[in-house]
Amino acid sequence: MAMLTMVKALNLALSEALREDADVVLLGEDIGQDGGVFRVTEGLLEEFGHDRVIDTPVAEAAIAGAAVGMALYGLRPVAEMQFSGFAYQAFHQVEGHVSRFRNRTRGRYSLPMVIRMPYGAGIRAIEHHSESREAYYAHTPGLKVVIPSTPRTARALLRAAIFDPDPVIFYEPKAVYRAMREEVPDEPEALPIGKARIVREGSDITFVAYGAMVRAAEEAADDLADLDGVSAEVIDLLSIAPMDTATILNSVEKTGRLVVIHEAPRRCGVGAEVSARVAESGIEHLCAPIRRVTAYDVLFPYFARERAHLPSSDRIVGAAREVLAF
Amino acid sequence: MPRKTVEIEPRVEYLSILDEHGVVDAALDPRLDGDLLARMFRYMLATRRLDERLINLQRQGRIGTYGPTRGQEAAQIGTAMSIGPEDWTAQAFREMGMMLVRGWGMHMPMFFWGGHEEGNVVPEGVNDLPIAVPVSSQTLHGVGIAWAMKLRKTNNVCLTYLGDGGTSEGDFHEAMNFAGVYSLPVVFIVQNNQFAISHPRRMQTRSKTLAQKALAYGFNGIQVDGNDILAVYVAAREAVEKARSGGGPTLIECVTYRLSVHTTADDPTKYRSEEEVRQWEKRDPLIRFKKYLMERNVLDDASVAGVEEDIRGQIKEAVDYYEAYEGVDPVDPFRYCLAEPSAELVAQQREFEAAMRAEGLMR
Ligand SMILES: Cc1ncc(C[n+]2csc(CCOP(=O)(O)OP(=O)(O)O)c2C)c(N)n1
Repeated sequence: MAMLTMVKALNLALSEALREDADVVLLGEDIGQDGGVFRVTEGLLEEFGHDRVIDTPVAEAAIAGAAVGMALYGLRPVAEMQFSGFAYQAFHQVEGHVSRFRNRTRGRYSLPMVIRMPYGAGIRAIEHHSESREAYYAHTPGLKVVIPSTPRTARALLRAAIFDPDPVIFYEPKAVYRAMREEVPDEPEALPIGKARIVREGSDITFVAYGAMVRAAEEAADDLADLDGVSAEVIDLLSIAPMDTATILNSVEKTGRLVVIHEAPRRCGVGAEVSARVAESGIEHLCAPIRRVTAYDVLFPYFARERAHLPSSDRIVGAAREVLAF
Repeated sequence: MPRKTVEIEPRVEYLSILDEHGVVDAALDPRLDGDLLARMFRYMLATRRLDERLINLQRQGRIGTYGPTRGQEAAQIGTAMSIGPEDWTAQAFREMGMMLVRGWGMHMPMFFWGGHEEGNVVPEGVNDLPIAVPVSSQTLHGVGIAWAMKLRKTNNVCLTYLGDGGTSEGDFHEAMNFAGVYSLPVVFIVQNNQFAISHPRRMQTRSKTLAQKALAYGFNGIQVDGNDILAVYVAAREAVEKARSGGGPTLIECVTYRLSVHTTADDPTKYRSEEEVRQWEKRDPLIRFKKYLMERNVLDDASVAGVEEDIRGQIKEAVDYYEAYEGVDPVDPFRYCLAEPSAELVAQQREFEAAMRAEGLMR
């Protein structure tokens, strides 16, 4: 067991995959010589060489599109978009091809590839470096969308993503990259994609969160326990597509109350999807309206104003109290 | 049906007028008037000093991550001074020298890198675009502006700036193609500073020059010593005149060097040698230009000291203004989302304000 940051845990998953499977290749901007702008790929070029860890020119469409070609020829490419805000330069490849090859060829071809990208706010970065746009991908059939929340889940999910037979969008909450350490087992481990994780059990209210917001939800649960004697259950989705509806419904059946938390805007966000599923299949268990604690439906501000726009544990507590008082 | 060579006009020139030792090619010297030369020098020095101050502010935590311009002053100021206020520019994110020439205040980069949209509010009367962070995305806007200029028959031109890394993006190639096809009054200023973060120029493209990219799109490319402001200015002036008179686009590759970090979050020791940096420091655009100006008696030690003093004062004023700023209102994103906020947005704004009050972030 080693205590690792998420950056180190991701690095570990990548090095394990590169070592175990000669088909795995990494490609992206500044991932080799530089070790990645967040150091996720540090040391991998030295260990695995230029044929496995490929520094590319600044060209996201080429990174994603070439990864498609590599996957078609039998490799398992793990492409990095330097920031999720620059993945739109590759979006036509993702929507138009990455998601479609299996269906288009009736299974003759498939794309065992991963597109990793850091997302989210809270690191005082300039424009385009703070958004959470997982809904774009979750809205695209043919993709899996995975978002770890801690070092251990990051390592285990990245392994699962790399060896998954289908394309996986791997969204990395960069605010968590170095914010915490967690024990990570020495042996490689994988988590099944599509399974949520119950972070803590509770009986009065259910919090559904993912990525960096899991921490905020846990803090809110602590505060509610301390201040109000309320027992909140915290669910970490881990996988946005597919989504583990059963775990959410089971929890709501027990608590009767739901707050969904994400740092993406509210409109047509993952919270809307979670709420709809509960409304469709578990409304009889609800004893209060669902609340969403999210970013607002405005352009996410530059960092001088970001704190007020990120969901905080205080906002979660506020929403929970309203739901509990209903 | 023979196999033969299709002749493409060899059109890539290289231009250098003032070499790294400050020796001027007398035949090529544009003999600009002393006033213009002094203004060029003032902008170069102001850019250099402001850049140093911003790095300082970043280290002290008074702004966020900052992307320095050190070494690229000649490329930016030489091109920006070749156009007039009615002309436009489409910048990337490292063009502080160009911004100063065009009339952005020294406080503006502090606001931008300090995390305020205020740093991107193009000053009234200045025909520039705000900073564009997605690499090369702005090249298409430059093309669109030039296209509108052509449709409106205004005889204006648009300069669009990008880096060597930017020449690998699809947007750049689509912009170049449109510029060529429609013969637009746009000048692509490629600041080849040898790096895209860690990625060296030689790995960005197999092309011998970046200038030759223009040939494939049917127009001229020229490579200039980007640390020689005379060469940059002469090449830009020619390209601008050509565009203004209906001659279509040009690409100018300014061969320069990023003397500093990519941004303050970057560690260049991972990918380049100190020795290489030292070699390029000798080619610093300010050193040779100052020498030239001294020799031409445009400047002397006393006047340089005076300029330094002025700039120090201006920077101090800008920092004071930035630090005294009290306009940070977190509600602003609601105000500028749409011309007329939708009912749902108005409702969300109320919710936002209530949450802010509950958290003690607003009264
Ligand atoms: C579309 C896009 N991809 C990636 C990035 C991240 N990034 C910021 S600057 C940069 C390198 C750009 O190099 P170059 O165009 O040579 O300009 P320079 O930074 O050297 O001025 C990269 C990859 C970005 N801003 N936009």
